[in-house]
Amino acid sequence: MRALYWKEINAFFGNLSGFLILGVFLISVGLMVWVFPDSSVLAYGFADLEPLFVYTPYVFTFLIPAITMKMIAEEKKTGTWEILRTSPLGNLEIILAKYLAAFTLVFIAVLPTLVYYFSIVQLGDPVGNIDHAGFFGSWIGLLFIGAVFSAIGIFASALTSHQIIAFIWGVFMIFLLYFGLTALVQLQVMSSFALLLEELSLSYHYESMSRGVIEAQNVAYFLSIIILMLGLTVILIRRK
Amino acid sequence: MSLIVQNLTKIYAAQKALDQVSFEAEKGQVLGFLGPNGAGKSTTMKIATGFLLPDEGDVLINGISVLKSPQAVSKLIGYLPEHNPLYLDMYVREFLGFIAGLYGIKGQKAKSRIEELIPLCGLEVEAHKKINQLSKGYRQRVGLAKALIHDPEVIILDEPTTGLDPNQLVEIRALIKKISKEKTLILSTHIMQEVEAICEKVVIINKGKIVASDLLSNLKSEVGKVALILETEEALDLTWFGSIGQAEFVQDKQSTVSILVEDGSVGRKALLQIVQEKELNLISIQQKEKNLESIFQQITQSK
Repeated sequence: MRALYWKEINAFFGNLSGFLILGVFLISVGLMVWVFPDSSVLAYGFADLEPLFVYTPYVFTFLIPAITMKMIAEEKKTGTWEILRTSPLGNLEIILAKYLAAFTLVFIAVLPTLVYYFSIVQLGDPVGNIDHAGFFGSWIGLLFIGAVFSAIGIFASALTSHQIIAFIWGVFMIFLLYFGLTALVQLQVMSSFALLLEELSLSYHYESMSRGVIEAQNVAYFLSIIILMLGLTVILIRRK
Repeated sequence: MSLIVQNLTKIYAAQKALDQVSFEAEKGQVLGFLGPNGAGKSTTMKIATGFLLPDEGDVLINGISVLKSPQAVSKLIGYLPEHNPLYLDMYVREFLGFIAGLYGIKGQKAKSRIEELIPLCGLEVEAHKKINQLSKGYRQRVGLAKALIHDPEVIILDEPTTGLDPNQLVEIRALIKKISKEKTLILSTHIMQEVEAICEKVVIINKGKIVASDLLSNLKSEVGKVALILETEEALDLTWFGSIGQAEFVQDKQSTVSILVEDGSVGRKALLQIVQEKELNLISIQQKEKNLESIFQQITQSK
């Protein structure tokens, strides 16, 4: 399993597209947090990184399916899937190795945003005037969001042998789960299910983590979606 | 028996790809798995390696069922799939190292195994390159090295020699022969010379059914009637040869007949007698052994 995990990581950094994806992520988040006047922390005037946590899920919606899209689809397309499937690795091991690799890459992408935290700590007046718990709650929430998106992306990649189709499915499913459910709540006809829909949506649990408290029910929600997606993926790739 | 295929049946949508396929392969023997394109060779091999599930039947490797414990079986099998898929972005050593890792071979052990396989598979010159820079023949060698890396008991090669040039063909065949001494080796092909060159046992499959399964030598003698070809200046009459064997004109030429006989020397004598009796002007008499190619055609086209 370790061999497959490292193969995925190496494959990502082995060509330019991996660096491109990371670069695009950091540049777009950097622009939104520091430069664009509508969302810039500097223009906002408070020592607070809320823009980072509001806009990153939008970038993730495209970034994470781009990381995961080829993980299974490409192997199927080139036939190397047969190498993996006839190796001593079981289905679950293959999926877990790929999932952990995807999540590691997301983690590597998010890691540099810690620099923002230190910047804001320094920029606060007096220095260090920032809601530390709020930041780390949100930051861990961001990692959970990344973990859930990665699981969805892996599932999407297993649906097809075309990378682009895997990408589109991934974006669509993430969009539905993160933005779609919340938007549905606002529809008049949905008012009787509003609470249920709200609690099913990713953004609801994500936002509740940004208050700086890591609640068991939020963690349980994220974990259950990850397990559900990976479980479905394993079922999808079973031998026929 | 190190590999036993039992009553495999596989149905794709509307087509029965395999129909009650059974055969066995022994250690130290190269088994040639023959059949026309689309006969079910690859499907059988994919089931034996655990990549596909059969609708019925099972494959036992050293007594272990591939259906029940595919992971355990995969450690015993070295497999070169059809089309030889490889990670083209990897370097040769990197790829072999990755495969070694998949099979749980690590560190120094993996390194020394790779350094052992590179000369064995004739990869010394190309070992520092990326796989996508290699020619087809060298990719095939990388695939072969991949199949051998965990020193498996059973080696399954799906068309290992397609697309190779004649020199590479000879080298790869010699390599296969060398490997096969202490292993069970199955290879599928539709090149008959290859089978005659390296296989001891032959299984022929056609439209999903086994149509012949025997030692190569038995197979050749069984169907091995001799064809005598008589060419004269005059036009011939088929009825003259009725007493010797089954006769027919060759390529519709009235002056050339081919006669199938059991025994070549008896047949030739009888033919000469007829030539003398009818006072024919003899050009030639030829004797043709039936080779595997004609056997293959005979078996796969008649049914």
